[in-house]
Amino acid sequence: MYFQDLMLKLLDYWGNKGCIILEPYDIEKGAGTMSPYTFLKALGPEPWKVVYVEPSRRPADARYGENPHRVYQHHQLQVILKPSPDDIQDLYLDSLKAIGIDPLKHDIRFVEDNWEAPTLGAWGLGWEVWLDGMEITQFTYFQQVGSINCEIESAELTYGLERIAMYLQDVDNIFDIKWNKDITYGDIFKKAEYEHSVYSFEKADIDTLKGLFNTYEEEVKKILDDGLVLPSYDYVLKCSHTFNILDARGAVSVSERTNYIGRVRQLARLVAAKYLEQREEMDYPLLKREGQ
Amino acid sequence: MSKKYLLEIGVEELPARFIGDALDQLKENTMNILAEERIKYEKVSAYSTPRRLTMIIEGLDERQEDMEEIVKGPAKKIAFDEEEKPTKALLGFMRGQGIDISSIYVDEHNGVDYVFARKTKKGKTIEEILSENMPKVIRGINFPKSMKWGGKNLRFARPIRWIVSLLDDKVIPFDLEGIQVSNITKGHRFLGSNHIVVEKVDDYVEILRENFVIVDQEERKEIIKYGSEKLAKERGGNIQKDEKLLDEVTNIVEYPTPIIGRIKEEYLSLPPDVVITPMKEHLRFFPVFDDKNRLLPYFITVRNGNKDFIETVIKGNEKVLGARLEDAKFFYLEDIEKPLESYVEELHKIVFQEKLGTMYDKTKRIQKLAMKIGEYLEVGEETERNIERAGYLSKADLTTKMVTEFTELQGKMGMEYARHSGENEIVSLAIFEQYLPRFSGDDLPTTTAGSVLSIADKMDSIAGLFAIGIHPTGSQDPFGLRRQALGVINIIIDKKLNISIKELIETALYIYVEVNGLAFDYDKVKEEIEEFFRGRIRSMFIDMGIRYDIVDAVLASNIDDIYDMKIRANKLYEWLKKEGLTEILTAFNRVANLAEKAVSDEVQRDLLSEDEFDLFEAFNNIEEKIDNFISKKEYDKALDNLVTLKDPIDNFFDKVMVMVEDEKIRNNRLGLLRKIYNMMIRICDLSKIVNK
Repeated sequence: MYFQDLMLKLLDYWGNKGCIILEPYDIEKGAGTMSPYTFLKALGPEPWKVVYVEPSRRPADARYGENPHRVYQHHQLQVILKPSPDDIQDLYLDSLKAIGIDPLKHDIRFVEDNWEAPTLGAWGLGWEVWLDGMEITQFTYFQQVGSINCEIESAELTYGLERIAMYLQDVDNIFDIKWNKDITYGDIFKKAEYEHSVYSFEKADIDTLKGLFNTYEEEVKKILDDGLVLPSYDYVLKCSHTFNILDARGAVSVSERTNYIGRVRQLARLVAAKYLEQREEMDYPLLKREGQ
Repeated sequence: MSKKYLLEIGVEELPARFIGDALDQLKENTMNILAEERIKYEKVSAYSTPRRLTMIIEGLDERQEDMEEIVKGPAKKIAFDEEEKPTKALLGFMRGQGIDISSIYVDEHNGVDYVFARKTKKGKTIEEILSENMPKVIRGINFPKSMKWGGKNLRFARPIRWIVSLLDDKVIPFDLEGIQVSNITKGHRFLGSNHIVVEKVDDYVEILRENFVIVDQEERKEIIKYGSEKLAKERGGNIQKDEKLLDEVTNIVEYPTPIIGRIKEEYLSLPPDVVITPMKEHLRFFPVFDDKNRLLPYFITVRNGNKDFIETVIKGNEKVLGARLEDAKFFYLEDIEKPLESYVEELHKIVFQEKLGTMYDKTKRIQKLAMKIGEYLEVGEETERNIERAGYLSKADLTTKMVTEFTELQGKMGMEYARHSGENEIVSLAIFEQYLPRFSGDDLPTTTAGSVLSIADKMDSIAGLFAIGIHPTGSQDPFGLRRQALGVINIIIDKKLNISIKELIETALYIYVEVNGLAFDYDKVKEEIEEFFRGRIRSMFIDMGIRYDIVDAVLASNIDDIYDMKIRANKLYEWLKKEGLTEILTAFNRVANLAEKAVSDEVQRDLLSEDEFDLFEAFNNIEEKIDNFISKKEYDKALDNLVTLKDPIDNFFDKVMVMVEDEKIRNNRLGLLRKIYNMMIRICDLSKIVNK
């Protein structure tokens, strides 16, 4: 199965299960969870079902395109089901069948994994899903987001698309994944991996980035009180990515590191609280759509 | 007829490490309730798989026994009219209680005759009791980490999806946040049916087996153990005993089938720990060894299912292990490109504890402390050099790629890399041994340098964390300080080190001032740590089987030298076998009681009466001798001399009144007793001995 078919099959599967199919959110981020379609929507009493592919950037994981398993940017396919249905595990296993993984022919396990994202003030309990020993999905019941307890717990499924593709296509190197019949993953991303590695580890201008972080942070504080929740959140994401580059660049000392993470978490918390306030004022519009 | 009850809590995969404790709680909560409800039973068994917690109670009573109850009614004179006929008041009371006149009797209450009703309270049926209490039992199970789901007002480790509640063949319904309670269970996720009707409790275990679930954890464990050993044997190998891994694997499968796969030979040239750790920690694989304990190119894992398509599963697992080992190999080869020494500077980037600085700071402190200990123990120049070097390199491996990925390899990789970098064997081994003992019953360091480094590392953590107010309390001991203190004590005793705990504490604290400029209440912290060690020593001696009163007697004296304390405890134990102990102990008890009141141990000769002087003289005569025996650690002889004071003491108490009005005289007499007491507690406090 080609990489693009893998994405389409899963989008299609979850679309048929009532999820809205969204495009990736257009700001750099480390994980699908950071999209406002997950982070903000997980808050409050309103239902929400969504599926999207999220290119996720992790500067510290960059390897100049030379490591067969680690990359600067990978693709997560993210599903949020809020509230989590009782048969969520069965739904998930059916999605594997949809991409040609027959549980009877493999060993599929739910192995304890407790997920935590300190910059987002978020945590949840769940599993890594193993396919014959390989982790292919992170499965989490959110308990807290933006340091706020979840009123309705969401189930989050994060598929590691590259790993699944490597397994299905039986290749040992991420860059050998076939995107379609002619083009490989390496054709598309290998150069980008190299350039981003050079940038993150060698060239990123530390002072500029530190300045940017401060500027983005200021911006959040300036506009949040005007009720501009989404633009504020965009700048929280910018802060987070900027910090990730600085961290990869080795420009952040240990005590600074804690400090930076704390600053991002604080911003995320403010935005989350404001978002909830706003939805309440709007009388939770999505509550009225329930059952449609 | 007695009954059987089945409760199955159907869940999404529970974390393996929570299961054992949850089962215990399930049983215990139930037994408590049955006891409270006066219900007898023969046996409660508990079973588990990752997807279910099950309890079967056998030989259950059908109901509570009826209970007699007495209810007070109206006064007799209101209850009966002149013709002794029941009045309206009494009729009303009887109606209210649902009884007739045969249950009524008259008795006096506070001098007045009243009517009483004898009522039989019908015992509740087992059905009522179970349906009332099972929700409480389930809610009463606590997990170290629990969650909420689906908006329910309930916490559990993972979502509960179904419940089977069955008394013989009858469903006992109850409500738990709307979760289905019935006689329907689910089999193995892929191989079994997901709608199984359990007709009666006796069918449960077998019907699950037919659906590829072996519900008895002990049976699964045996299958895994024997199946794995058989596979290993077929390849000329064996698997080493590892209960923890075996238990974990048992708790992550419902229908175990052990399988064996291959490791590429190229990885076997890596240090064994580099290969074994990813296998065990990441993948829960069992490594296979030959007779000489050398790793063979196989691994054993356990499929949750049967043998169908087993080749695909083996191939998949081999591939995953291959990727892990490739990573490990990459880390290892990267790490050995530079000598271990070059990693020390990187320690600036790792925090030990926010207020206590980085691991680099810790390294510096450990090195200083270890060298002080070395000097103190007079280990000699060469060992001192080794300690200095090992101290400097002690934490360097924490910044290597290998240890960053597998933290449990700390020390082990340090040792490997040290050897690889051309450090001598003593230094290399000491880097590993600094972490010993890692758990109760673990090996202790074998070398002097390793022992010293291990003590330094542990004392540094204890001193620093106490200084910033992080002490173990109750079940909270996040830094494992109790274990570390016990480690220090065990090393000191095992190596017969003549070292003062007090000085260790003081030096470790002082180094914090020197290196970190840490500010804290020195005297207070010092005392707290001493008290902490006292507690550890006490529980350790008691665990060793030393009588608790002997432990207390020895602890009352100074705890400076733990090895010496052990000698004192042993000598005291032997010595206490002698005759006439009761009188001796009584005499010294009296001394101890009054000595507490003394303001000093000053004695003015000219204030002494004749009887006092006898005691004073007797003491002076033996003082030097006792001193001598103590310094030679001949504590039994010291005690023999000390107890010659028994008669003078008895005579003193017979003739002399200690607590007199005159303050000077009183203090002088108390001072004399204090002198004796002070001498005694250099050996032990005899007044703590419980005399049988």
